Amino acid sequence: MSEEMTAVADHHHDEIPKGLSRWLYTTNHKDIGTLYLWFSFIMFIIGGAMALVIRAELFQPGLQLVNPHFFNQMTTVHALVMIFGAIMPGFVGFANWLVPLMIGAPDMALPRMNNWSFWLLPFAGTLLIGSLFVPGGGPAAGWTIYPPLSIQTGMGMDFTIFAIHLLGMSSILGSINIIATILNMRAPGMTLMKMPLFVWTWLITAFLLLAAMPVLAGAVTMLLTDRHFGTHFFDAAGGGDPLMFQHIFWFFGHPEVYILILPAFGMISAIIPTFARKPLFGYTSMVFATASIAFLSFIVWAHHMYTVGMPLSGELFFMYSTMLIAIPTGVKIFNWLATMWRGSMTFETPMLYAISAVALFTVGGLTGVMMAITPADFQYHDTYFIVAHFHYVIFAGSVLSMFGAVYFWLPKWTGHMYNETLGKWHFWLTVIAFNVTFFPQHFLGFAGMPRRIPDYAQQFTEFNMVSSIGAFVLGFSQILLLINVVRTIKAGQPASDQVWEGAEGLEWTLPSPTPYHTFVTPPKVS
Amino acid sequence: MIHSRLRRLISWTPRALVALLVTPGVALAEWGLNFPRPVSPIAQEQYDLHMLIMWIVTVIFIIVFGIMFYSIINHRKSKGVKAAQFSHSTKAEVIWTVIPALILLGMAIPSTKALIMMEDTTESNMTIKVSGFQWGWHYEYLDHGIEFYSKLSTPRAQIKGEEPKGEHYLLEVDNNMALPVGQKVRFLITSHDVIHAWWVPQLGGKKDGFPGFINEFWIQPTEVGTYRGQCSELCGKDHGFMPIVVDTMEQVDFDAWVAKQKSAAPS
Repeated sequence: MSEEMTAVADHHHDEIPKGLSRWLYTTNHKDIGTLYLWFSFIMFIIGGAMALVIRAELFQPGLQLVNPHFFNQMTTVHALVMIFGAIMPGFVGFANWLVPLMIGAPDMALPRMNNWSFWLLPFAGTLLIGSLFVPGGGPAAGWTIYPPLSIQTGMGMDFTIFAIHLLGMSSILGSINIIATILNMRAPGMTLMKMPLFVWTWLITAFLLLAAMPVLAGAVTMLLTDRHFGTHFFDAAGGGDPLMFQHIFWFFGHPEVYILILPAFGMISAIIPTFARKPLFGYTSMVFATASIAFLSFIVWAHHMYTVGMPLSGELFFMYSTMLIAIPTGVKIFNWLATMWRGSMTFETPMLYAISAVALFTVGGLTGVMMAITPADFQYHDTYFIVAHFHYVIFAGSVLSMFGAVYFWLPKWTGHMYNETLGKWHFWLTVIAFNVTFFPQHFLGFAGMPRRIPDYAQQFTEFNMVSSIGAFVLGFSQILLLINVVRTIKAGQPASDQVWEGAEGLEWTLPSPTPYHTFVTPPKVS
Repeated sequence: MIHSRLRRLISWTPRALVALLVTPGVALAEWGLNFPRPVSPIAQEQYDLHMLIMWIVTVIFIIVFGIMFYSIINHRKSKGVKAAQFSHSTKAEVIWTVIPALILLGMAIPSTKALIMMEDTTESNMTIKVSGFQWGWHYEYLDHGIEFYSKLSTPRAQIKGEEPKGEHYLLEVDNNMALPVGQKVRFLITSHDVIHAWWVPQLGGKKDGFPGFINEFWIQPTEVGTYRGQCSELCGKDHGFMPIVVDTMEQVDFDAWVAKQKSAAPS
């Protein structure tokens, strides 16, 4: 009887709903994953266009294209859109698609909440970008929205605060869902220490989100009441302290940095073993390294604030704790190298992206060690050196990994192989243009160019020009990604179920394209 | 309007292309590859640490990626390599945990020493109070009874591109501040409105000025000269237009400067 009912239910569910209502009402993890990924890509293009406004203005000294106030809005909204609109939803999209497939679950644990956590995003994104069009313009205090400057801003700041509330709510709901799914819905035999590393890194990331996002929500709410309801949390004249905002913000902000990178580590750990045809080296140490990075992320926040006038003991503590992060991060990088070592490697587009992400992320990691050194950081702080550093970490580490992951799993999702030549063009253009854009910024920082300035002294001209040219190539190269993805969805060489010769894991045991419903009966993991 | 702006952008493109082609190495100094020359004990200490750490991380990068590229070149399927199947080695994992820890320890010792030196503002010879405001600086020489404002002096026309840009474009002010060489000068920094940060790279690191709070730092210039810097904490629309210019001079010249300031000041 129950078998019969399951069969009937299965049959009913195999019909894929049509039209707009499919996407509005969907509770299917694959559809929701797709929605997240397209949202992320649209935000990536919008945020990228803002970056190009910045780089166009900085092409040469003088004010040419935009006024300083609008320039500040661009730097602020570019960062917020990229962090909260592009990268975080991108990772959640991959989690939606992959976590159930990797642990042998039929769907996410909380499908309706899943729908809601996605549909909060377009509204949040509209508020955030809409802030640019209200009187007084969008937020112009940098993505860190430090008061008192953020208290001076017009109503665009209130739009931003509510956008952050919505985005944070979406992240918290998404995290609860991911944790519930991973802890409760693993197939029989799929013990925690057998889970693919992507699942592990997301489990840890979800806990980081749960701990960090409410802190940000608190900070921006205090900002809101300071702005409109007569409180003085951050106003010295009323007994408050502007520095307190920075402590609260970075207590969120540093875990946030790892929220933006840990899932990428999971992707790299899936891609490199596949194309090296060799098991991941040091699985257990990978898990523990991820967990210790997550723990350390909560005790290093003030390294973003060395110049605020902390006591010596505080500066020493944060210097030492920050230096410690290099150890687990190093373990990860060495493990990936050891995975490649004596493998039988091929270099399809996903592998190229994974390797370049490791190499360039390491550049960002090493400049991170330089900045951990407090005395030297007094020179690096708030210069273009930090701009270079975090783009090496976030663009090279997170975005390149995500590009690799798109090419890696797209054949499984769509049943079609992407165009390898186009993929390689996208890779080489992106990686070369990325370095042309951001490597010179290290030198600009050394030479003394502060970040967030719309105009600069003439000795900074040459490197800024190089950087701007790189940025435009980098931006327009992304059209290749769009073309390749759309073409792959529509047509292409049929992909086998295994897709990649060295691929291992439950998702590769499924047919390509993945059916609308998978693992209705749980697989057995030996 | 937009058309003329675009034309101006395009007219700069050949220069940028030349800039791309003439690789660094031809004119290192003009390309500003490193910190400007330090002229105070703190800046010197920061420069030395910066160079030390940068060389260490550069060597690490070369070693790690030398290994990676060796592997990429040799361990490929097209060369007929069969994949090994090892997946852990306790010995290797202990080595690559312990060695980085030791390197970090080696970095921590000189950094700690430098930091203790930097944060010691005692036994100073004079005190100057700096207040940031939107958008300029106010200086008070507390021991000399002098105070004055200092703001950007670059003409608007240069910024808009209607006039050729001067040598110190955006890094020039109406009233330079003065410091005596060899004296340990204690700075108190605060702000009238939002957070600003006072930074002259060659004289040592920066410090934030918060409204309602006072931070301190010190500078001991070692050479006579003119040193330029600017606000380095985003402070609103003219954040990019609040430079700092410091003239360092021998004590006698400084005394003369003080006297001149006093007589000039309306009292």
